[in-house]
Amino acid sequence: MAASANVRLRLETVRLTALFTRTAAVREVSILFPAHTVTAIIGPSGCGKSTFLRCLNRMHELSEGGWVTGKVLLDEVDIYASDVNPIQLRRRIGMVFQRPTPFPTMSIYDNVAAGLRVNGRRPRGEMDEAVERALRQAALWDEAKDRLHASALELSGGQQQRLCIARAIAPQPEILLLDEPTASLDPAGTQRIEELCHELKRLYTIVIVTHNLQQAARVSDYTAFFYMGGLVEVGRTHELFTTPRVEQTEQYITGRFG
Amino acid sequence: MRKLTSALMTAVVALMAFTAVLALLLIVGDLIAKGASSIDWAFFTKSPVPAGETGGGVANAIVGTGIIVGLAALIGLPIGIGAGLFLAEYGSGRLGFLVRFIADVLNGTPSIVIGIFAWTWMVKPVGRFSALAGSGALAILMIPMIARTTEEMVRLVPHSLREAALALGYPRWRTSLRVVARTALGGIVTGCLVGIARVAGETAPLLFTALGNLNFTTNVAQPMQTLSLQIYVYATGPFDEWHRMAWAAALVLMALVLVLALVARWVTRQRYGRVR
Repeated sequence: MAASANVRLRLETVRLTALFTRTAAVREVSILFPAHTVTAIIGPSGCGKSTFLRCLNRMHELSEGGWVTGKVLLDEVDIYASDVNPIQLRRRIGMVFQRPTPFPTMSIYDNVAAGLRVNGRRPRGEMDEAVERALRQAALWDEAKDRLHASALELSGGQQQRLCIARAIAPQPEILLLDEPTASLDPAGTQRIEELCHELKRLYTIVIVTHNLQQAARVSDYTAFFYMGGLVEVGRTHELFTTPRVEQTEQYITGRFG
Repeated sequence: MRKLTSALMTAVVALMAFTAVLALLLIVGDLIAKGASSIDWAFFTKSPVPAGETGGGVANAIVGTGIIVGLAALIGLPIGIGAGLFLAEYGSGRLGFLVRFIADVLNGTPSIVIGIFAWTWMVKPVGRFSALAGSGALAILMIPMIARTTEEMVRLVPHSLREAALALGYPRWRTSLRVVARTALGGIVTGCLVGIARVAGETAPLLFTALGNLNFTTNVAQPMQTLSLQIYVYATGPFDEWHRMAWAAALVLMALVLVLALVARWVTRQRYGRVR
């Protein structure tokens, strides 16, 4: 990727390969994610884009038989180095999944506070502020402020997904990983999440997996096209969509396969 | 022809369901018919009177059942729930397989065998029957039951919730307790209540552990009466008065179990509506 020199580097993968026991789901992928940008990862189903994303916060190794080779550098430190604690690491890299996953036994407030509490106790006032800030950033504050202590399951699907975003950003991570965050939402909910991406990139570096090409074009600064576990092409989004360098990319974005 | 078969099968299944319900209705009906008349205030407040006299009650047995079953729950629930959590969260290895196998075998072990076991280890060495030994036997009966239901309930929690917690930087144990176990809590509580109800009616394992006691006692180091033991003694005795008391005690025991089952249903409904 042609990241210009004045963009501070945040996250980079070097020949990252993700395996399930002996089968490689992602092969030798090297990408740079510049700070405060949105990078979209696109590709047909089963191309390894979700697996790749799960390598970035060391979730892949929790899957049965999951392991990786290669490097993932966060501020030039390999997150797979033996002295890195994956639990601590995951507090620096937030993740939101395909389907909303609010904790069903917790209130809206407690859901947002969950990631903060795991980092240790803090005074009540400070917690209130952090929860409000996260909910505001996730554009859920106005809808939720009057029922913070209601069950999280009372929210609609789109609201639940924004709650999950609030929960992920409450501990103020450096990177935000979104795994098809709008896959189960209606168009209105999708639009809100996309608007959020624009807002949140001021604060976080965002990587979003999507199978919706229009979405990738709308929200991202950079786009990476994956096929059969490999990275085919990565570049500035408008360039990749208008003048792809690789024929496979062109075929995919023009809908001829995938 | 196809419709006829369908109608026939529906009728057969309905008949079987009715038979199952009928058994319960007959039991409850019988108990009420023969036992209700003997239940009065004294039945709950007085201890048994010597054979041949009328009056008296089963207060000692009711309190004894409470103590012995309560103590059994105190021992059995933490171990059972802990084992269940272990099986569900970490039980994919060889140890998990072993624990699960042992729990299944224990589940199928006749309760009288467990009674003999408890007698060998908790009565014989001390040289005295005790309520504590009875609780021990009941706890052993409860543990595999509760472990297996807990495991089932915890397994029902969607994997995505576990992942969400882990992705937030939860350590694995905290994920298990704070998110997974809490989500499954309704099911676990139900399993515990059903387990308690099951052992509350046990007689065989108490015959040579708690033994029974005609007097009122709360000393767990001494033999103690329970409703089930009282029923056994009264029902096999020679006096009509005793037989009536046995029916009444059976009615009380049945009501106790029924209440536990109803509470279990209620808890399930409260919690389960919320689990997705």
